[in-house]
Amino acid sequence: MPLRDPRVSHPPLPLLHPRGECAINAAPTSSAPARPDAPAVELRGITKRFPGVVANHDIHLTVRRGTVHALCGENGAGKSTLMKILYGMQKPDEGTIALDGTETALNTPGDAIARGIGMVHQHFMLADNLTVLENTVLGAEKLHGIGGRARTKIMEISDAYGLGIRPDVLVEDLGVADRQRVEILKVLYRGARTLILDEPTAVLVPQEVDALFANLRELKSEGLTVLFISHKLGEVLSVADDITVIRRGTTVASVAPDDTTPQQLAELMVGSELPSPETRESTVTDEPMLQVDGLHLSATDSDGAVRTVLDGIGLTIHKGEVLGVAGVEGNGQAELVEAIMGTRTPDRGTVTLDGADLSGTSTRRRREGGIGYVPEDRHRHGLLLEAPLWENRILGHVTERPNSKGKLLDPAGARKDTARIVEEYDVRTPGIEVTAASLSGGNQQKLIVGREMSHRPKLLIAAHPTRGVDVGAQAQIWEQIRTARREGLAVLLISADLDELIGLSDTLRVMYRGRLVADADPAVITPEELGSAMTGAASGHLTADGDADTGRPASGDTEPTGGDQA
Amino acid sequence: MTAAKLPAQGGARSATRDKVVLALAAPLLAVVAAIVISSLVFLASGENPFRAYGIMADYGHYSDSQVWIVNKAVPYYLSALAVAIGFRMNLFNIGVDGQYRLAAFAAAAVGGSLVLPGALQIVLLIVVAMLVGAIWSGIAGLLKTTRGVSEVITTIMLNSIAASVIGYFLQDGRLAVKDGNLLHTTFLPESSHFFSFPTHPKPVYGFVVIAVIAGALYWFLLSRTRFGFDLRAVGASEPAAEASGVSVKRMVVISMLLSGAAAGLVGMPTLLGESFQYGTDFPAGIGFTGIAIALLGRNHPVGMAFGALLWAFLDRTGSRLEFEGYAQEIVGVIQGVIVLCVVIAYELVRRYGLRLQQRKVGEELAAAARAAGSRADDAGNNDKSEVSA
Repeated sequence: MPLRDPRVSHPPLPLLHPRGECAINAAPTSSAPARPDAPAVELRGITKRFPGVVANHDIHLTVRRGTVHALCGENGAGKSTLMKILYGMQKPDEGTIALDGTETALNTPGDAIARGIGMVHQHFMLADNLTVLENTVLGAEKLHGIGGRARTKIMEISDAYGLGIRPDVLVEDLGVADRQRVEILKVLYRGARTLILDEPTAVLVPQEVDALFANLRELKSEGLTVLFISHKLGEVLSVADDITVIRRGTTVASVAPDDTTPQQLAELMVGSELPSPETRESTVTDEPMLQVDGLHLSATDSDGAVRTVLDGIGLTIHKGEVLGVAGVEGNGQAELVEAIMGTRTPDRGTVTLDGADLSGTSTRRRREGGIGYVPEDRHRHGLLLEAPLWENRILGHVTERPNSKGKLLDPAGARKDTARIVEEYDVRTPGIEVTAASLSGGNQQKLIVGREMSHRPKLLIAAHPTRGVDVGAQAQIWEQIRTARREGLAVLLISADLDELIGLSDTLRVMYRGRLVADADPAVITPEELGSAMTGAASGHLTADGDADTGRPASGDTEPTGGDQA
Repeated sequence: MTAAKLPAQGGARSATRDKVVLALAAPLLAVVAAIVISSLVFLASGENPFRAYGIMADYGHYSDSQVWIVNKAVPYYLSALAVAIGFRMNLFNIGVDGQYRLAAFAAAAVGGSLVLPGALQIVLLIVVAMLVGAIWSGIAGLLKTTRGVSEVITTIMLNSIAASVIGYFLQDGRLAVKDGNLLHTTFLPESSHFFSFPTHPKPVYGFVVIAVIAGALYWFLLSRTRFGFDLRAVGASEPAAEASGVSVKRMVVISMLLSGAAAGLVGMPTLLGESFQYGTDFPAGIGFTGIAIALLGRNHPVGMAFGALLWAFLDRTGSRLEFEGYAQEIVGVIQGVIVLCVVIAYELVRRYGLRLQQRKVGEELAAAARAAGSRADDAGNNDKSEVSA
């Protein structure tokens, strides 16, 4: 039997187990609060400056023990920086952190873990090819070993908080919600008493969100503290005991959910009224712009197994129409976009743009033929990060004016037009010679949208166009899509933001396991109904009362061949 | 870094100035670091570094040294260009060595067996050399795109295959004649001797003109053509280039072909300007020197020219050190130190430059936001203060 930590005999609280050199200041404060009435976390006057920007400024935050505390604010408001400070990943320039009434310096995440703080990151950090048990003990082998004791401990935690853990399942076989529970298990296993959850609902469908909230209430009832980061107001109001709003890097208000309306909360977050993605009057014509028919794509995964990624996809987008594709990520949306862009070759099926058959043509021909593309991952697919803005303006349109004349580049023309895009699309930058990497996400995205719109596309493929951009840029991007739509642009919109999908789209399709399984009218559908269809629970035409109306040809369906073909 | 202290208004101008300052800072830093480290090496071996530098500077001063240096720098430069074409799109063509040797051998074999009018013969030989170089590197390109084999592996193996092929044909009775204990191809006719500049005491290769033209073409192709943009885009980010419509596979093959064609030129100054035959004593290893010089010159046509000259200078003056009682290997050490210093210095300066720029962009936007904020008291949902979170 290896060395046994003497504190293991301190039931019933999940215990603090400093890992290796992290065992600084091993006073047992986190497992036994110094003052029972002291707040679990108290931040006073936290300021963090990065070169040129103040990310956090005079933050005050008090989290009561045994509560769910929501920290809400927009993308870019400074929430993540604050959480990194609390988790020891960044050191504040000013201000103090007190945990359970004791002032503490957190220099590394190890310190934070030793003080009973655990973080569930937005992007899961799990090894797919290991089991849940193995993932949990990985890096924490000293706590309860890797065998029977660890298993007992895991099941203890799982039962105590209703996590429903199956320790021997491979993580790769788990869905997103289960993976998230494994992440929560991991921090509890390491003895966390205060859990930070960074945008935990971003990857979940509404039903899974409810389940997560049930888990959070369970944690709370066991005396744990949860700090919940979100910008989704409905969720915040339904689960939180206290809400702190952060805007432009500073805490602007602390409110109780009972005396707050979503509207008020939104105004606190934004500083004025929220922009809305609503499209007003319909501009849909009956002229088809993009027709996709019988698209089938199979791919070989890392284990060598061939699986079907796209199965009998058929859709038509008319001029002036925004077709939104809803679906949990990883159900074939990215592959659909790649097949239309020509970066993936489908096994069969046709893609027709404005009467011209594009099947089998190169990506460049397709772009020249009038497809604009706002990719899902702008850093990977949309920009050359270390190249200046004007070279990024050329990217994807090198064969078109004003970027080139004949076979030669036209740097002067590209520079001039970049200056115009910066002006017209409100890209905040000191100049066009700076690298794309030095712009913020929202401004990078505005540059990409400006670039794609500048070539008067017939079809715009927008994959998560407002993900990770600030709200001002979001409103502008929505407005540009609407304006272009009025001028006859067809838009294929892929988004995980159901409000965005419902608000912008003229037609909605639901994608599940590589197939378009359902369609819906955005005028009547609710996010909950859409979410349910995204889990594969409903198919056919979704009607307002929430029941899937399978089998009947849908009246609101613009695509007569329907979603449920093949 | 005075430029960094300028007020935000001079944004564009100070950005350009920063760029120039940073561009000069890197080589300066590298040279200073290299001198310091080399001095330490001299000291550690118990020698006086300053005397050694004095000897080198003095010896490099003679006109015969200078002619030698220029003549040596020409193939170095061409070799660096060949490597740099690959580097610009993240391909590592280690096979320049095999490519140029096989190319020079083929050109020598063709040239020795036929006589055409002067200019025509020279053009033909150069074309043959470029073709053979391109074919040899093209094999690596094709293997990479069709079978996914790393070009690093294939080009290294092709080097040794090239050496064997040459060894097979360079035998008496095949394509070679015996001359003392040397084997070489038959001499090229007088008509295929490249012109030279009548300098004293030895002439400078006329091929230096070709090298300059090749450098200019390299610059023009990469920074002024659509093709060059595509190539650089692939080098900067393969997925972004692919999404932008570049066929990455096609680009790999084309750039390998170009790299090999440039490699084909490497042996030409020697073949057409000095030896007039390909023999067992034909210079080898220039392809590897080219890698170092491409690194040294940061793939820039002018930078590589300086790099090639510096390398040749060290080759020449280093040989002198031996006569003065220094170890011969010391020059190799200095050359290695220089390459390491350059690579590290450029990476440091590049990162510093990126950070500097990000900070300046942040500062200028914050200043702009403050100015806007004081005009319109509440910025409301136009909150553009770029908080990086």
